[in-house]
Amino acid sequence: MKDLKQRGLRIFQWFEKRTGLLKPLEEMARHPTPSSAASWWYVFGSAAMVLLIMQVMTGILLALVYSPSASNAYASLQFINHNLRLGWFLRAMHGWGSDFMIAIVLIHMMQVFLFGAYKYPRELTWIAGVFLLLLTLGMAFTGQVLRFDQDAYWGLGIGASVTSRIPFIGAPMVHLLLGGPIIGGATLSRFFALHVFLIPALLLAFVGLHLLMVLRLGINEWPMPGRLVRKSDYDRNYVALTKSTGVPFVPDAAWKDAVFAAVILLAVMACAFFFGPFGPGGQPDPTIIQTVPRPDFFFLWLYAVLAFLPPEMETPALLIAPVAIVGGLLLLPLIAGEGEKHWSRRPVAVLMVTLIAVTLGTFTHLGLHTPWSPAMDSWSSDPVPASFVEHRTPLERRGALLLQQKQCRNCHSIGGVGGRRGPALDAVATEMTGDQIVRQILQGGGNMPAYGKALSPEETTAITQYLRTLRGPGLRPAADASQGLQPQNASHPVDSTKGASGAP
Amino acid sequence: MSKPTEETPLPAPSEWLGTTKEIEDAHTSATSRRRFLFKMAIGLNAVVGAILAVPIVGFLLGPAMKKEGAEDKWIALGAVDSFPIGETRLAEYVNPITSPSDGDTAKTVAWVRHADDGTFQVFAINCAHLGCPVRWFEQSKLFLCPCHGGAYYADGSRASGPPERGLFEYLHRIEGGNLMVRAGQLPTLSTQACAGKAPLVGIAAQPSTPGLLAIQAPAAAPPERS
Repeated sequence: MKDLKQRGLRIFQWFEKRTGLLKPLEEMARHPTPSSAASWWYVFGSAAMVLLIMQVMTGILLALVYSPSASNAYASLQFINHNLRLGWFLRAMHGWGSDFMIAIVLIHMMQVFLFGAYKYPRELTWIAGVFLLLLTLGMAFTGQVLRFDQDAYWGLGIGASVTSRIPFIGAPMVHLLLGGPIIGGATLSRFFALHVFLIPALLLAFVGLHLLMVLRLGINEWPMPGRLVRKSDYDRNYVALTKSTGVPFVPDAAWKDAVFAAVILLAVMACAFFFGPFGPGGQPDPTIIQTVPRPDFFFLWLYAVLAFLPPEMETPALLIAPVAIVGGLLLLPLIAGEGEKHWSRRPVAVLMVTLIAVTLGTFTHLGLHTPWSPAMDSWSSDPVPASFVEHRTPLERRGALLLQQKQCRNCHSIGGVGGRRGPALDAVATEMTGDQIVRQILQGGGNMPAYGKALSPEETTAITQYLRTLRGPGLRPAADASQGLQPQNASHPVDSTKGASGAP
Repeated sequence: MSKPTEETPLPAPSEWLGTTKEIEDAHTSATSRRRFLFKMAIGLNAVVGAILAVPIVGFLLGPAMKKEGAEDKWIALGAVDSFPIGETRLAEYVNPITSPSDGDTAKTVAWVRHADDGTFQVFAINCAHLGCPVRWFEQSKLFLCPCHGGAYYADGSRASGPPERGLFEYLHRIEGGNLMVRAGQLPTLSTQACAGKAPLVGIAAQPSTPGLLAIQAPAAAPPERS
């Protein structure tokens, strides 16, 4: 036993003499860190790095089989899923690993921000971290393209459309993005090169820089209210704190990182095992237009924002907002590099994090449900509920049928079924008079197309008559006050008005 | 075979090389010459680097350097008879410029409208908002986009939703009973396949469009646009 130890030591020294790397590595691992920083709150950075390593490993394995050619990519994904032993699991690990990595990176960023860890002297560490976030998102987008299905194809179309809004150089930028005049083989090849060579190389380089600075400057101490960061005395105080309360990073703090990393890896594996790989969805054939493209989870918020921007705001917002957001993140430590670190003394910071989290969460939620998208097949698959056609006259039923045939239901729900782009029609008669309904149908407005050319006068009358019957039980339809109130048979649920006027 | 001797620890580099100052002092006479040679070598590499950058940057920017519309070609969409009057139908073609690895993505579709008055309109499938594929609904005479709900009327004009303009329209003409369109690139706000309307957002205006029209105008079969 003693002999074995002796031999191990000799091998260590043999390598140490030739490389000179082992001693510094050991010192790095054992570098003193304030005991307050050996916290469960400080585990997210290392977890992100572990996930990155896992992504590199699973990525290399997938690259052994994946064919980055527009003609074969889809088939090779199916092959990995169905014909290769554990291929589905590797794809699932890589896909879920990507989602976990973005989530962990965002949590890490939030923690660093709330703990004021970006302040002096760690400004550049934060700035490198911002680049790491952008590179991670770049990996997620390019990775989604490599899963070359319908969502990938039309996602590239969205990317090209956004790029085309750049003033003056929009066209060359689109061609640069696509590698040619259309989305095709060249596009996939260049996204493969980005995803597999360029972005990972940058990612690893920035991780190295980020880590180097963490080691050089020390791990951020646990912030205390009232203990201000000043460039004049921070370093002295940090050294004193580390001297008095310092513990070696390995093992005193690192065991928590290791446990969390293991938990995260297990979580990725569990998700991969139970939920399986992401797609691929429909085949990327542009002639198949019966598709509803959706971006991956972490881009859903953006997809939702693009639905709500007013048309004239769209181009300025798309071009200015990213620059402003990234610029703000990069400048943050340079502007607010000193002062209070503790979150309880930084209400604006806490409010900002809360606001951003709630905003992103809300938009993501909306992106999952896309109330702004027409339900493209509602008109042919969601019948008007029977209770909404009972006791109607033939003309009104003809109106209900037309409501179905003219695709009104793609945007308007009745009885909770149908599209949600326009308002639900369940009680439209209590909100609009007959005249208003006719005007709205024929002329459109407020996000509704005009149907004047798509409906004959008879059809308009039938639809209006039917819509006039849609109101809560016992309620009268809205009437034009100028035409005076006239007695109505309130006990009869069906409005028997004829013509387009509001009241009989 | 001799028994390996114990290794001795390596001395620090400064012990066997001396300090920078000492090295400089020892070579004072040669210093200026060597500095000059080093600077010259750097200069040489700068020149070689600049030459090397030409093919690298040229290759990288290749797709962006093509003249706008240079890749557009006249393509037959099918016999005029295959598009009944009063109907809007989906037509498929293979992009004029393809690469061997394009597979299905070389195929493109367009909406062909044969209006009641006999004129044709050919619309890009791509929504003017973000490029998703719009679908034609004959009954309500609308094009609807599944992504963000952009809607267009039968003549391609904007009806509602986030698009700030109507559908992109291809130039077209009829040649020997065939409907031809001029196409070849993904239509976006700044790479519109064809004339049509100028984008409502001024910044995305495409300068070559009027030129394209001017070239086509004197041709035997001028594009018939309503």
